[in-house]
Amino acid sequence: MLGSFLSLAHCMSGDPTNPVPLRVDAVAKHFGAVTAVDGVSFEIAAGACFGLLGPNGAGKSTLIRSIVGRVRLDSGSVSIFGHPVGSSAARADLGWVPQELAVYPLLTCRENLQAFGRYQGLHGKALDDAIAWCLEWAALADRAGSPVRTLSGGMKRRLNMAAGLIHRPRLVLLDEPTVGVDPQSRNRIFEMVEALRSQGTTIIYTTHYMEEAERLCDWIAIIDHGQIIAQGTKETLVARAFGSRSSVTMHVGATRVDLAAWAAARGGTAQDSVVLCSVEKPAEIAGLLEAASGDGLEVLDVTLQRPNLESVFLQLTGKELRA
Amino acid sequence: MIGTILQTSFRSLRRDRGAFVMSFILPIGFFTIFGFVFGSMRGSSTPRVSVLVVDEDHSDASKSLVRGLLREPSLDAMTHPRATKENPAPGDYTAATAEAEVRSGDAPAALIIPAGFGAHPIAFGPGSTQQAKFRILHDSSDPVAAQVVAGMLEKTVMISMPATMAAVGSQYFDREIGGLTPKQRQQMDQGLAALRKRQDQQDAQSAGTGPSAAGPAADSGGLVAVEIQDVVGEKKKSPMISYYAAGVGVMFLLFTASAAGGSLLDESESGALDRVLSARVTMTTLLVGKLTYSALLAFAQLTIMFLWAALVFHLDFFTHIPGFLVMTAITSFAVASFGMLLASVTRTRGQLGAFSTLIILTMSALGGSMFPKFLMSDAMLKVGYFTFNSWAISGYQKIFWRDEPISSLGPEIAVLVGSGVVLFVVARWFARKWEYV
Repeated sequence: MLGSFLSLAHCMSGDPTNPVPLRVDAVAKHFGAVTAVDGVSFEIAAGACFGLLGPNGAGKSTLIRSIVGRVRLDSGSVSIFGHPVGSSAARADLGWVPQELAVYPLLTCRENLQAFGRYQGLHGKALDDAIAWCLEWAALADRAGSPVRTLSGGMKRRLNMAAGLIHRPRLVLLDEPTVGVDPQSRNRIFEMVEALRSQGTTIIYTTHYMEEAERLCDWIAIIDHGQIIAQGTKETLVARAFGSRSSVTMHVGATRVDLAAWAAARGGTAQDSVVLCSVEKPAEIAGLLEAASGDGLEVLDVTLQRPNLESVFLQLTGKELRA
Repeated sequence: MIGTILQTSFRSLRRDRGAFVMSFILPIGFFTIFGFVFGSMRGSSTPRVSVLVVDEDHSDASKSLVRGLLREPSLDAMTHPRATKENPAPGDYTAATAEAEVRSGDAPAALIIPAGFGAHPIAFGPGSTQQAKFRILHDSSDPVAAQVVAGMLEKTVMISMPATMAAVGSQYFDREIGGLTPKQRQQMDQGLAALRKRQDQQDAQSAGTGPSAAGPAADSGGLVAVEIQDVVGEKKKSPMISYYAAGVGVMFLLFTASAAGGSLLDESESGALDRVLSARVTMTTLLVGKLTYSALLAFAQLTIMFLWAALVFHLDFFTHIPGFLVMTAITSFAVASFGMLLASVTRTRGQLGAFSTLIILTMSALGGSMFPKFLMSDAMLKVGYFTFNSWAISGYQKIFWRDEPISSLGPEIAVLVGSGVVLFVVARWFARKWEYV
């Protein structure tokens, strides 16, 4: 799967008539002594939904802002459908939905879409058609004349997304589009993203919700300390991190035992009072419990589960995604 | 509980630098600026009144009077324009040139000493029909100047012409009482000679030392006949309406422009600015758009202000529309650029509020928006040249008060447009902070 994804991207990048939607090449950005992005490279194939995950402070926001041309890079380059980021052609092909509600609160939905459409160079019938499509896509047609400040949180999020897609870009960057919305609105946003995918739009999706990445993304990259530390499909990431093993999560009571050393001795990790190990077979849990008891650890509860992206993320970064 | 509320409030205030500055530093800063400006007005609690003096009599008495006026500390009297490289020895003012200076706003008043003054300089009692009348030509937008000049004229006549006073008094005595004995006449003539000698010595001394401190003004109540003529605005109803429409209008325009420029800070905060700049909009385009909006808003505000002045205070608005349009366009552009600069040099709404309040109130005070220019000292007037308010008021006064043509607005156009362009360029330079990180 990994090979097919990359080969597809490379194959397309070599074709000047059908360039790669996004190529990030050795991008680096420093803020004083802090390295925000450290030589990141990747490509995205046409029509893919690329999930970008990373803990807070990992460099994700700087990388996103580099892709939309809002960062002066120290080195490296970003191109969108073969055009350097920031160029007129690249701006036309890229739609950005920032995680902030970057709309005008006193304007109506329609007026916001008009404004952002014009900023993208749309006029006349093309603009009217784009507004109609956006209102329909975001299920806001019946609130077109409502000022933004009167909308619910979910509606504002959908308008925020629509404003980024008013010019129907071929590559869309959705930066945590479901932050602060209720489950019903989140489902509606999933449907909007899936509708985009079905139309062949290439998507970059960042989120703090692992289930969103699992549901929507067919390629996932994990960034930490300014570097891409792993990327692939969900299955390949899990297999690479855990093989065929299942993860065991043990919560233990207060102890004077060096929990990290205890977990490391069993091929696992520990953070605070949580020990994360893996077992090939469920029966091996008994051995872990016996060892814990023998070393004076009070096990409060034990969970056995097939590894998922959350497990991979925790394994690779040592942090909860939503921490 | 109250202690916690106090602690929380003070901590919040301390961490909101804009509000903190507004609360403590701003009043001190504002006071300090005024202290420096007004503190420099030493020696006189009121500014000197400029007056052009024209001597049409050329008699000893009129020359003596002119010298007395030149000595008068509360007047800035001039008999001729200041020497320049082009004209190192300018001739004396005539009635016509002095009137032209008053009409153009270069001086608030001119005093014409009439021919025949020396023959009948002052009048004791009624029936002095031979006495020639002084004329004071003045710009009625400065209601103080003419009254001050008239009062100082009376004073100067009293203290600068003792011999003349005594001689005229003697004539009055002869006429009303029946004359003096030969011995009394001889003593009187000796006394008059001594007075003339003292008057000459005083004149010679003042020629070397210039204005000297004099005693308090004597209100003799009609020793000289004075006719005050309005040469500017004689048919206008309210001289200060256009002044304050411009002055107050520009002050609030500056606040409006600052707030309009602040929308950049709001959009930066909300992320909308990032989104706009990631579209096909450049920072220069964005700033020009914001500048245009701010300028149009300012234009509308000033238009409404002057229409209101026309409606309520009968300002003659509709016969001055071309000049109004020119002044309003350039003023709006300049203040809009100023608003862009304020927004681009600050980082938060709090900073913008504190910074703009300090600068705008200071500019308004020094530029004449808060109190009339004729009450200001020369030093303050010079400082006022660094404010938009002063130039805008000057331009509107030319149009509405002096009925001058648009071509006379050259200095105002040059300053307001030039400074607007410079401020916008500087604002664009500071706005680089929003372009990239």
